[in-house]
Amino acid sequence: MALDPRLHAHRRAAVVPAWNEAETIAGVIEEIRAVDPGMEIIVVDDGSYDKTAVIAAEAGARVLRLACNLGIGGAVQTGFQAARELECDLVVQIDGDGQHDPQELPLIVAPVLDGRADIVIGSRFAGAGKYRAPPVRRLGMRIFAAFVSLLTGKSLSDTSSSFRAVNRRALSLFAVDYPHGYLETIEATVMAVRYGLRIEEVPVRMRERTSGRSSLTTPISLYYTVKVVIAVFISMFRRKAVQLEEDS
Amino acid sequence: MIPLRVSIVAAVSASALLLVVLELIRSRRLQERYALLWLLTGCVILVFALWTDALGKLADATGIAYPPSALFVLGSAFILVVLLHYSTVISKLSEQNTALTQRVAMLELRLEQHAREAPPA
Repeated sequence: MALDPRLHAHRRAAVVPAWNEAETIAGVIEEIRAVDPGMEIIVVDDGSYDKTAVIAAEAGARVLRLACNLGIGGAVQTGFQAARELECDLVVQIDGDGQHDPQELPLIVAPVLDGRADIVIGSRFAGAGKYRAPPVRRLGMRIFAAFVSLLTGKSLSDTSSSFRAVNRRALSLFAVDYPHGYLETIEATVMAVRYGLRIEEVPVRMRERTSGRSSLTTPISLYYTVKVVIAVFISMFRRKAVQLEEDS
Repeated sequence: MIPLRVSIVAAVSASALLLVVLELIRSRRLQERYALLWLLTGCVILVFALWTDALGKLADATGIAYPPSALFVLGSAFILVVLLHYSTVISKLSEQNTALTQRVAMLELRLEQHAREAPPA
């Protein structure tokens, strides 16, 4: 796919949170660069035990090495802060494990370039390709999405996807206030609605994991379910803490 | 049997705890992850305060002669769990504090090294 010429008007970054992704991180970085050579690649190493940070730096990414393991939410937020520091106004969040296909970057950023959306979510349930996760997990994700849709009155099919694009406006929120811990994207989606950000979904297809496995086990996922439900309810009426910047 | 007054006082206290915790989260003075146990405590006490049959059975099963004492025991048990949880949280915090302090020292060292190698013009 040819690169959208409108991209060049933006300073843009890919935020890649990574925790022990030494096997896949270099590939992800190369693929992003192949799609858009002008994109800053910010890898946030959330306290890996392996050589993720070294490999990412050798592959040419800017690497933020967190002194303590913050969990996915804190890692992603650090990436957003770095993107703001680098004065980026278009940021794509993409996983370091190779599940997201950088070829789909142009799809994800298109609604932001069109000025139609502040946040674009790459939905795995919107029809492109088959998403092969265990049925229980897929069901859980669908239920979360339905729950969020119900609460926010916005029809969303996938709130747990971490393949996303944000503009300056959304970045000014998330760099300052972003949910911590796991499954943070669900709460982030609710926050976005609350702050009046425009959300759009585009269908994406997921690739098989090339290494590693999901870190979820049953009792832990039960804990997260409870936590997310409470967090989502609360973020519906929590005090707002951020003044949004206007989009350039 | 459980005196009605005990039920009422326990239920009101548990509800108050729940409300205070929820308000603390809403006003961002408490993170959800540290509130979950308090919410659970409030809910369990509330349920047993209102559902007196269940409290009676619990007291029977554990050999507590006076059922309202079971409520007291339950409350103490939850406080113990919350405290234990906080001990783990403090441990993690102190570990992170060490890591941060060390990282700052390394950064200072590196900065000094840089300054020495390339003295400002």
